[in-house]
Amino acid sequence: MQAKSTILSLPTEELVHPGTRACTGCGLSIAYRVGLKALGKDTILVVPPSCLTVLQGLFPVASTKLPCLNVTFASTAAAATGILATLKARGNEHTTVAGWAGDGGTSDIGLQALSGAAERGDNFIYFCYDNEGYMNTGVQRSGTTPIGAITANTPFKGKLQQKKDVPAIMAAHHLSYVAACSAAYPLDLYDKIKNCLALPGTKYFHIHIPCPPGWGYDPRYGIKIGRLAVETGYYDLYEIVNGEFRLTAASEKLIEKRKLVPVREYFRAQSRFRTLTDAQIDDIQKTIDEKWAGYYKKDE
Amino acid sequence: MHIIENGNAAAALGVKLCRANVIAAYPITPQTPLTEKLSEYVELGEMKAEYIPVESEHSALAVCIAASSAGARAFTATSANGLLYMHEQVQWASGARLPIVMCVVNRAVGAPWNVWNDQQDSISQRDTGWIQIYCADHQQIIDTVIKAYWLAEQVSIPVMVCYDGYILSHTFMPFDLPEPEKVDAFLPPFKPDYFLNPLEPANLNTVTLPDVRMDVRGELAHGYMEIRCLLQEDLRKALQTAGEAEKRFAGIFGRKADPFIEPYRCDDAEHVAVGLGSITYQMRVCVDQLRAEGIKIGVMGVRYYRPFPDEAIASALKGKKGVIVVEKALSYGYEGALMSDLKSALYEYLAGTGSLPVVQNFIAGIGGREIRTDDLTQTLRAAAKGRVSKEPLWIGLRL
Repeated sequence: MQAKSTILSLPTEELVHPGTRACTGCGLSIAYRVGLKALGKDTILVVPPSCLTVLQGLFPVASTKLPCLNVTFASTAAAATGILATLKARGNEHTTVAGWAGDGGTSDIGLQALSGAAERGDNFIYFCYDNEGYMNTGVQRSGTTPIGAITANTPFKGKLQQKKDVPAIMAAHHLSYVAACSAAYPLDLYDKIKNCLALPGTKYFHIHIPCPPGWGYDPRYGIKIGRLAVETGYYDLYEIVNGEFRLTAASEKLIEKRKLVPVREYFRAQSRFRTLTDAQIDDIQKTIDEKWAGYYKKDE
Repeated sequence: MHIIENGNAAAALGVKLCRANVIAAYPITPQTPLTEKLSEYVELGEMKAEYIPVESEHSALAVCIAASSAGARAFTATSANGLLYMHEQVQWASGARLPIVMCVVNRAVGAPWNVWNDQQDSISQRDTGWIQIYCADHQQIIDTVIKAYWLAEQVSIPVMVCYDGYILSHTFMPFDLPEPEKVDAFLPPFKPDYFLNPLEPANLNTVTLPDVRMDVRGELAHGYMEIRCLLQEDLRKALQTAGEAEKRFAGIFGRKADPFIEPYRCDDAEHVAVGLGSITYQMRVCVDQLRAEGIKIGVMGVRYYRPFPDEAIASALKGKKGVIVVEKALSYGYEGALMSDLKSALYEYLAGTGSLPVVQNFIAGIGGREIRTDDLTQTLRAAAKGRVSKEPLWIGLRL
């Protein structure tokens, strides 16, 4: 990775107006604000129905200062392709096309179109902001809801299945760039976007997005919880550049530290995991430890 | 220049002449030869366009929607279940007022699976806010594609150009290939009022409230209902624009036709058979036979199905004793959709005049069932004698 940005080196111009319709403490507000700064003004956005549709505002008012095409739920990536094709037909090679979809719009209903665009190698950046559920429709489970999370349609037992590993699916498309980021580490997100802009083909970003109403915590603790997910080794920040995997930012530092915060702290900070038993948490801890033992070994 | 080609090639040549910028398609029989041809033109450099081989029909129209929003002239084509799979996007394209042109190569829809021709696919998209035009031969296919782009871009409404699978798509016929310079004269480059542009950012298709709302300048902006009402009004006005398209086209290419209806031996007819697409040309053979028998019958093809040319249809049928609507689709649970629409037009224009014709409905060729001209003639002969049935009757059915 090249030069690391600081909060002072970010562009001062805001591309998202303040006072959006997002919930108090929304993790997406942070990722979107910083993400657009990295993308810059010469960008066309594609957004399917999701929390971001709400954040963007109601006609005739818009909170984003970039051109944006709202599209049907399943068609974010295909729409990005359509815009790219038009730019290409016009000989415009400078404008960036970026899709911003939620986890349902990516891992479930939008996966086919995303896979199609990635296989074709269409040159755009796809952002999946993963708040781990259909939060905009009232917190239902999605493909990326983690095991154990209570949602509106996994009301008592919590979700029984594993989280779908979308970045791994996208990496299997042999992309030039795949990144896992978090709203709690906006500078890591910013630098990764900047670093991938010149890479060819489809670039995929997965962003972990703490969600106060969906996850059940006081809005002021969003960053803390996002960081806990990383510090516990539960959610990793990484990038895969032309097939080369490497941990980044706080996750990279964990390699040196050789010490993870117990994942129990992450689970117990949110009400959605309230039915997870100690034994289940121990099992998850074991899986995390095994994953990190693999990282440590690679580092040796 | 006259050439001999199949119907799909006629459509492809039309798209090429229209200089579409972005083409997206997913293969489905019997549409495939059309989009294969376009991919050839693009790969060989005969056509300067982006060809996107998408992974589904839903994405095919998504690409066209986005391309059109970004200012491109976009094209796709599909059939049957491919069109049904697009349905959400079909509605989106008209709601977003994008002048996309799509060929629908008519085919039966599942279940059960059937790859042969009927018109259930496009008829089932009747209420989506698209302009729908039906073709009866190859000349009409290529000419309609060209007219469709002009019309679509004039009124900012997408157009479906429908033609029967196999019967037209895979048969070879001679037709006049329009000269490129004339097409360029007819169809100027697409220049939308607004397209996605970082220098002039706008948020398109945002959530729109039930009621009108103030914009940042203090001016009232449309609510959802106003936007939808304008689509309806503009679709109705498009009937007039379609007439202009026909006039312009006739002026440049010399081929003159009524845009909405195609009557054959109707002037002195007491009975008129009505249909959409190639079956109306087949019925000309029946009409000739019945005329020889002394039955005063004609046939009228309906070219525009949406917006529905109600006035043109009603005035053409005024004073007739009987109307026989033969359809390759139906609104399950009632009758053919064209039947209902036609009766509604007759009621509107002829009720109380004492000259409302008897209207009968026949269903034919469903799932590619062969429509034998003898059967069709027999049906028209019987229907001309008087009302056969209140319910739609299926021609050639063996239950």
